[in-house]
Amino acid sequence: MTAATAPPAPGRKGAGPRRRSVAGPLFVAPFLILFLLLFLTPLGYAAYLSLFQERLVGGTVFVGLDNYVTALTDPLLLSGVGRVALFFLIQVPLMLALALGFALALDSGLLRLARVIRLGIFVPYAVPSVVAALMWGYLYGPDFGPFAQLSREIGIPAPNFLSDGWMLSSLANVVTWEFVGYNMIILYAALRTIPHELYEAAAMDGAGPWRIARSIKLPALKPALLLTLLFSVIGSFQLFNEPNLLMKIAPDVISSSYTANLYAYSLAFTGQQVNYAATVSFLLGLVIVIASYGVLLTANRRRTP
Amino acid sequence: MTMTTPADTTAARRTERKHTPAPPPRRRSRSRRSTPLTIAMLAALAYFLLPLLWLLVASTKNTQDLFDSFGLWFSHAPQLLTNVRATFAQDGGVFAHWLLNTALYAGVSAVGAALLAAAAGYGFAKFRFRGDRLAFNLVLGAIMVPATALAIPTYLLFANVGLVNTPWAVILPSLVNPFGLYLMRVYAADAVPDSLLEAARIDGAGEARIFFGIVLRLLAPGLVTVLLFTLVATWNNYFLPLIMLNNPNLYPITVGLSSWAEQAQNGGAGASSDMLPLVVTGSLISIVPLVAAFLLLQRYWQSGLAAGSVKQ
Repeated sequence: MTAATAPPAPGRKGAGPRRRSVAGPLFVAPFLILFLLLFLTPLGYAAYLSLFQERLVGGTVFVGLDNYVTALTDPLLLSGVGRVALFFLIQVPLMLALALGFALALDSGLLRLARVIRLGIFVPYAVPSVVAALMWGYLYGPDFGPFAQLSREIGIPAPNFLSDGWMLSSLANVVTWEFVGYNMIILYAALRTIPHELYEAAAMDGAGPWRIARSIKLPALKPALLLTLLFSVIGSFQLFNEPNLLMKIAPDVISSSYTANLYAYSLAFTGQQVNYAATVSFLLGLVIVIASYGVLLTANRRRTP
Repeated sequence: MTMTTPADTTAARRTERKHTPAPPPRRRSRSRRSTPLTIAMLAALAYFLLPLLWLLVASTKNTQDLFDSFGLWFSHAPQLLTNVRATFAQDGGVFAHWLLNTALYAGVSAVGAALLAAAAGYGFAKFRFRGDRLAFNLVLGAIMVPATALAIPTYLLFANVGLVNTPWAVILPSLVNPFGLYLMRVYAADAVPDSLLEAARIDGAGEARIFFGIVLRLLAPGLVTVLLFTLVATWNNYFLPLIMLNNPNLYPITVGLSSWAEQAQNGGAGASSDMLPLVVTGSLISIVPLVAAFLLLQRYWQSGLAAGSVKQ
């Protein structure tokens, strides 16, 4: 480098490490333009459409917040949102507890075959949810699913995983199978960034592995746990792929309004109720944003007691 | 910022970084290994891998054997190659179309999204300009807006401008990855030393040359992370292409397979129940490329994830 011979760049004051120049806006412009066109515009368009209604007489008319009033008292939408909320409350804690346990076990250094186990648990993440749902649908099935086959051998009737009583648990199992590994990897990656000297100092003070996990690792994992929790809120509330596929093998159990997102889809494409579908989409997005901020606020309040 | 730099992670340690001295390797004596814990984790591993074993075994069977032989073991006449051939021959070879479409949509989306996120992340991390904080916070807030809540409005919008039923309908929405931008900003703040940028500028290098010649290389692990995760998201995407496309020749593999699954289901025990082995074999084929990509590129995405997951 010939840095010593060049004149110092003029006009720069001590404005921190970041630089003022026209290059900055140019670097962020492509992303921001697409963000505006493909993120904010659809959002605004949904909000706009939700204020109108298509009527047999008079065509499309402005109705103000009528669609929202309809939606908030729509039993199909409310039951769909209620179902995904229940799904969230049961499936997400289970999934994150498993992911956390696996990550801590992998990081403890107590495992043989740790690499194989880590990658093996992660592999389902690379399986498309369509394939995961199809595969588990066949596994659950009464004809050639291994559970049914085994129970026929033993003579004990297998539970009907695709029945009304079991369906939500069966869906939760598919989603857990898909995403434990992903969450585990995020938590594990965060664990690996904890300076190793901390463990040595704690061990010197007589702390065992459990104590180290509780007093050093868990607090350090908080941001990563929060991140996985946020992703899980977003994923749960927009549940669509798995129920939409299992619907094909259990149409009597999963209705077209089983989850809120399934309902929005069937409104738009089966019912052709574009304006109402936009309202439901918009409301669903709002529910998710509120739930996410709820999670963030709760976590932040706990962090500073 | 209480966390360490991404360079401290094991994975990044293996890549060439001259400036950070490698931390001492973890000491793990053989006597500390725990057999009960290992057995418990192997049991967990079985839960995650047995369904895939079932898929592999089922891909070697014809319809009759699927029903008659035990699911987790091979029948007396395995016929994986016959099934693969039948899968590619069905409906005039449409399955190969689906694979190529998926690769195209996922590849273009992933490369595009990673480059856009890298440029913007670098711009936000290393430059100051009017409204930078507002713009970044706006994108940050968008992380929480679910893609599927946007999908139906995007469809309605695209229908107005004639973009539905084209590859762009699937690619364009996948190019904007707010979380990718966040990750790249965090990554760029640490991985790109200001002194290096200053030196390059003093040497007279233009901003574009600095970005493409120096910065992109420093951002490689973060870039690969965003690339891989966008690749997976697009490869696995079902909702968006389901909405946007109705020409079977444009389907990606997910929509195609689900349409076959529906045929297999409706066919019952009749002639089209021969669809069942095709759905199973097609499913197996569709997961091979992604699993391979993840296994081959693991050291990159693991270090990239580490950077993004510890900073809030």
